[in-house]
Parts: sequence; C-alpha cells; structure tokens
Amino acid sequence: MDFTFPKEYQLLRRMVREFAQNEVAPLAREIDEKKEIPRQLIDKAARLGLLGVPFPQKYGGMGAGETGYCIVMEELNKVCGSLAVIIGAHIGIGATAIYLDGSEELKKKYLTPLARGELIGAFALTEPGAGSDAASIRTRAERDGDDYVLNGSKIFITNGKLSDVVSLLAVTDPSLGARGGVTAFVIEKTFPGFSTGTEEDKMGIRGSDTTELILENCRVPKENVIGEVGMGFITFMKTLDLGRLSLGAACLGAAQLALEASVKWARIRHLFGKPIAHKQSIQFMIADMATEIEALRSLVYRTAWLVDTGQPFSREAAMCKLYGSEVLHRCVDRAVQIHGGMGYMRDYFIELMYRDARITEIFEGTSEIQRIVIASDIFRQEGVRISP
Amino acid sequence: MDFALDEELRMFQKMFRDFAQNEIAPLAETLDREERPPLETLKLAAEQGFLGAPFPERYGGAEIGTIGYCMMLEEIGKVCMSTAMIIEVHTSIAAMGIYLDGTEEQKQTYLKPLALGEKIGSFALTEPGAGSDAASVQTTAIRDGDEYVLNGNKIWIINGSIAGTFVVFARTDPEKGARGITAFIVEKDTPGFTVGRNEKMMGLRGVPVATLFFDDCRVPAANILGGEEKLNQGFVTAMKALDYGRLSVGAICLGVAQGALEAGVQFACEREQFGGPIALKQAIQNFIADAATEIEALRYLVYHTAWMVDQGQKYTREAAMAKLFGAEVAGRVVNNMLQTHGGYGYTKDYPIERIYRDVRASRIFEGTSEVQRFVIAADILGERGLKIRP
Repeated sequence: MDFTFPKEYQLLRRMVREFAQNEVAPLAREIDEKKEIPRQLIDKAARLGLLGVPFPQKYGGMGAGETGYCIVMEELNKVCGSLAVIIGAHIGIGATAIYLDGSEELKKKYLTPLARGELIGAFALTEPGAGSDAASIRTRAERDGDDYVLNGSKIFITNGKLSDVVSLLAVTDPSLGARGGVTAFVIEKTFPGFSTGTEEDKMGIRGSDTTELILENCRVPKENVIGEVGMGFITFMKTLDLGRLSLGAACLGAAQLALEASVKWARIRHLFGKPIAHKQSIQFMIADMATEIEALRSLVYRTAWLVDTGQPFSREAAMCKLYGSEVLHRCVDRAVQIHGGMGYMRDYFIELMYRDARITEIFEGTSEIQRIVIASDIFRQEGVRISP
Repeated sequence: MDFALDEELRMFQKMFRDFAQNEIAPLAETLDREERPPLETLKLAAEQGFLGAPFPERYGGAEIGTIGYCMMLEEIGKVCMSTAMIIEVHTSIAAMGIYLDGTEEQKQTYLKPLALGEKIGSFALTEPGAGSDAASVQTTAIRDGDEYVLNGNKIWIINGSIAGTFVVFARTDPEKGARGITAFIVEKDTPGFTVGRNEKMMGLRGVPVATLFFDDCRVPAANILGGEEKLNQGFVTAMKALDYGRLSVGAICLGVAQGALEAGVQFACEREQFGGPIALKQAIQNFIADAATEIEALRYLVYHTAWMVDQGQKYTREAAMAKLFGAEVAGRVVNNMLQTHGGYGYTKDYPIERIYRDVRASRIFEGTSEVQRFVIAADILGERGLKIRP
C-alpha cells in the first residue's frame, strides 16, 4: 500500500488550484447572478487541458486518468459549482460515453475536439417520464436508409444550450426494452430537426444551463451510433459509473472549502469576548466535517485507483456519489450555521455553496438510486436479485 | 498511489481471518454469557505471535507493521469485540507505551515478555476524577530513596485482573498539572498493589475491567518508563500510546461494523415477510447500502492512518478521526443491522444482540467521541495558530 500522490498529480493539482483561485473564484458570484459562464473562462480551461483530463493523449486528452480527473473536479468545485458541473457533463458523461464505446472513427471525429475543448459535450438520458427509471425512455430512433430519424424530447440536460454535440439515448426497438432495444447516438446540434426548448431556472449551479432538447425528425447518420445498436443502455450505465466517481470528487472539494472557510471564520468572529473557535459547539462541527472529509477523500481516490488499474468499481463509484453528496450537504449546512447571519447573505460565498451543493444528491442518480446500485451489488453476491 | 494489499498483507489477512473464525468466533457467545476473558485464546494467540504483532522481532514481536496489525484487529473485531479489546489494550497502549518511550533495558525486561505473550499488559490512567480529563491524575508517586511510593486508585482498567505488567500514571509533581505526571512500569505482585473485582458491564463482558488499588506500593525508581530523564513526562507517553490505541480501536470498529453488515445481509436474504426475503424491501436495502458505504470510507481512513504510522508521519489527528468515525459508524451500522433482524435481533439467538451491547462502549473508552472531536479541532485550529482548551 502506498498513499502518496505521485509528483505529476501534485503538479496537476497545483496548476488547477491556481487557475481556480485566480481565474474562476473572482467570477463565481457573477456567474451565479448572470446565469451565464463567460466563454473565455471555458476556453482558458480548454487551453490548460482541463476539458479532456482523463482521456489518452492520442484523443487530445491530458492522459491523467480518473485520478487526475478527480483532482481537477475536486479543485474546480471548490470555487465554482457551475463550472465543475459544466465540465462534469462535458467530460464525465458526454465525452466519456464516446470514449468508452465509440468506434475509432467516432473518437477521432468527436472525442478529440471534445477533449481539446473545441467542442462542448452533453449527455442526454432524462425524459419527462424517465429519469431515475432510465429504462423507460420514449425518444424513438427509426432507421431510414443510412440514417436514423429521431423523435422525442429530453429534459434537465446539463449543457443543453452550451454544448455542440450530445451523447443521447433513444429507443431503436421498442419490443426489446432497455437491453437490446436502446441505442446511444452522437448528435450534432446543427443536425436538422434538433432544437433546444425551455431552459430551467434553478436554485443553484445557475451558471450551468439545464435545458430541454427537442428532436423532430432529426436525421442522424448511422455512423454516429455509439457502440453497437441496441447496447446504448449499457454504454450509458457504464458512463454514469464514471460520472458518479467524479461527482464524489467534486463534492470532496466543496466540502473541503466549506471546512476551510468555517475554520477561518471561527477564528476571526468574536462572541462573548473570544473567537467562536473557543466554543465546543463550533469545534465539534469542525471536527465532524474534517473527519467525514478525510473518510470521503480515501474513498474517492481509492475508487479512482480501482478505475485506473482496470478493476470493477460500480459499487464504489455509487458510494462516492452517495457519501460525497451527503457529506457535502452536512458540511455546507454546518458552514452556514458557523457563519451565522453572514452565511445567509448573498455577498458571501457560503450562501452560494449551500445552494449549489443541493443538486449533488439529485442529479446523475439520486441518493436513493445510489443506494439501490450499492444494495443490489451486495445482494447479487448472495444470489438475491433486487429490482428498483 | 497504490491501494493494493501486497502478497504478504494478503497472506496475513487470510491467516488472521482463519484464526478469528476458527479459534475466536466459537467462544464469543460463551465469553459474554460467562463474563470471563478468553485465556485459552490468548495462549493460542501468543503462540502465533499475535500478541506482539507490530513490534520488532528483537523485542519478541512479529514485526508485521501497523497496517498488518490493524488487519488483525479488524478480523478479530469482526467475530469478538471482547477478545479484540483485550489484545488492543495489551498491545497498542500498554506494550506500545514501553516500546515508544521505554529504555533499552526496559524493552528487554518488560516489552519482550509482553510481545511474546508470556504476560498480558495493562494501561492504568483513568481515575474517579480523571478520565477524559487525563491531566487531573491524583494518584501520587513520592520519591523515597531509590524507590517511589504510589498511593491512589485507578478505575475501569482493562485487563486489570489478567495483566502481569502495568503501565501506571501517577503524579510526581503536584504543582505542574499534565507536566507533573510520570509513567511507571508496575508488576502484578508488587507489594501494596491490589486488583479489585471486575466491573459488571452492559457489553464487552469478556473484557476484565477492574479497579487498581495502590496502598504505599513501592516501585523502584528504575521503573520510571523511559528512565529518570522521563520523570514528569508521562502525559506525553500516554498521549502517544493513545494515538496508536485510537487508530487500533478504529480498526476494531471497522471489523465490528463489517461483521454486523455481513450478518444483516445474510439475515435479510433468509428472512421472509410479505411473500419474499426482506432483502427485497427498500428500507432494508437502504440500511445495507448506507452501512456498506460508511464501512468502505472507514476502511481506507484506517489503512491510510496505519500507513502514515508506518511511514513515520505525524498522525494524531487522523488517529482521532479513525476512532471517532469508527465508533460512530460501527454504532450506526450495528443499530441498523439489529433493526434488520427485527425481534430476533433482540434475542440471544443471534450475535447481533451481543454486538449491539459491545459496540456501545466504543464511543466511550480510550477517549469519548467528544474527546476525539476536541483532539481533531485542536489540531486543525492549532495549525492555524489558535490554541484551544477542552
């Protein structure tokens, strides 16, 4: 066993941290209020290689693996939930679906520009009647000559508006259900018949758009099928496994910042003649935050190690997402409490963190879905099959 | 970065697991019922070198490192928390105290027989007025020629009635608080030293917990742990040993939680209600998923801290986290697994009833959860230049 981060990861962390602190943090509040991320910020991230961290260099990526990607998500989510979510949807699920199962041609055509940040990606699974219950999607793809013709709509799509290409799931054979009847496609936003609909107004992560996608006789060439026809559900589930791990890492970063801010505040805020850091109620909140964060850190980087060494990791990734989002929730809640009235004020970043954090227990599989993933993996080993 | 267990650790793990399953598990219920320590197991453990696991071979130890030792405690904790605690106090705080600060001669004389399991060790710090507030020790040690004369009582001392060698903390300077406490090595048959009856406890009934009485007990000055130069520095020794102990308790809690989870999973698959196994109910699945998640997080918190110890890094904060998180996770997991067992969980027909009573102690001994939170917060705030008091 060796828990040391190799030098290249330490350098990567330093580089991302500098970018996050110097370039992103000063804009975080404005991003939230204007509900928009400055394009030059994304371009800057792209120039640093941050839009293709886990992918091999031959596809335009940084080649830093899941461990490197987790480091990036951890550092970015410390300063700006919106940017982390944009990159998470772009890399963690959008481009990852192509990376995992796409043909060599598809990778060259789409993954490389995505990894370089020349294109922005998105991942479209959720529909009005299919979110947690992902197997119930209705969007239809029918073969017509060398094309597929897609009809239907997707909702709550992160980067729906911002993205250039979307990895999207549609039903190719309604008689076969999730396994065999569902196919993943890469769709360019410029394909005729594709349009974006309503953009949601949200509690937090307001700089990242959450938008409806509409497909009306949208023609997609058959070359744009990711992997094999009928196997899209599996591609998407594998993709979400990786997405969950990186969200755990993102939660780790924000929780860490909530702790650091709380410690700083507890030292400078005086009550009853002394800094509130001298009160046990405050000390114990800080101790609990630090303890849970330390446990989460081990869990996240051990899971990243499982991925990078080619071992199974579905259960552990679900644990990272579940535990990460719940630890983050508790940490930002305590941070607001420690900051008192200041924690509720919009001129201070704790308020923003509190709103941004809440989504992590919901998107890319709610906490309840993560528990099903974990429990079904455990019971499967005992020969008991559970269904959601 | 490498989270893999190397060949040697995997071999150790299998050996500990076999030993725990074959030799310790079958006795767990008996120890609880008869309220007696597993002397027969300790003898077997000694033969295997399990009573000196982390110490160098030159002191009679097995020299398997702290990760290996934590795995041993984990496997034993999985089947019998009483046995694990006896071995933990013997190894992690009593013998470790001598290993960390003892003179070379003391290590040969006292550590070696402990590591070989010829004697059991005990660690006597707590008093009626000094538990969490360890600096308030009242037991006195007054110099008289080449000896110290000890007077006072120690309470709740684990291994009290089975130990041959005790590390005893006594006040050598009444003026100086924590800096006036000295650690002494006291042997069982020293005149003036007696051990009271065992406490009756909710759980951990296999662990002998006794009051120690010192009544003009004369101890050679040579038995100051670390020699004369460590006079009045016993508190530092105690804190260092307790750091190691806290990590060890975290490892035991990891085992306890894992054992409880496995019992809960098995029960949920077998128990049928409303026409199918209760494993099919989401309420049960949620218990299992939360337990498995927290255990996974705890596991690498413990191993990471053990690795820090073996690397010679400072680990006070992380050890307190391992103890705090371990005890709290084990408490939650065991409670939810008892709930999974329903009425059966409340009966003596299933081990979870005993485990529930046993695990409650883990939030209290070797520093309550509240004391751990203080240690963690003090370390974090201290790093930023703010000194806090309990």
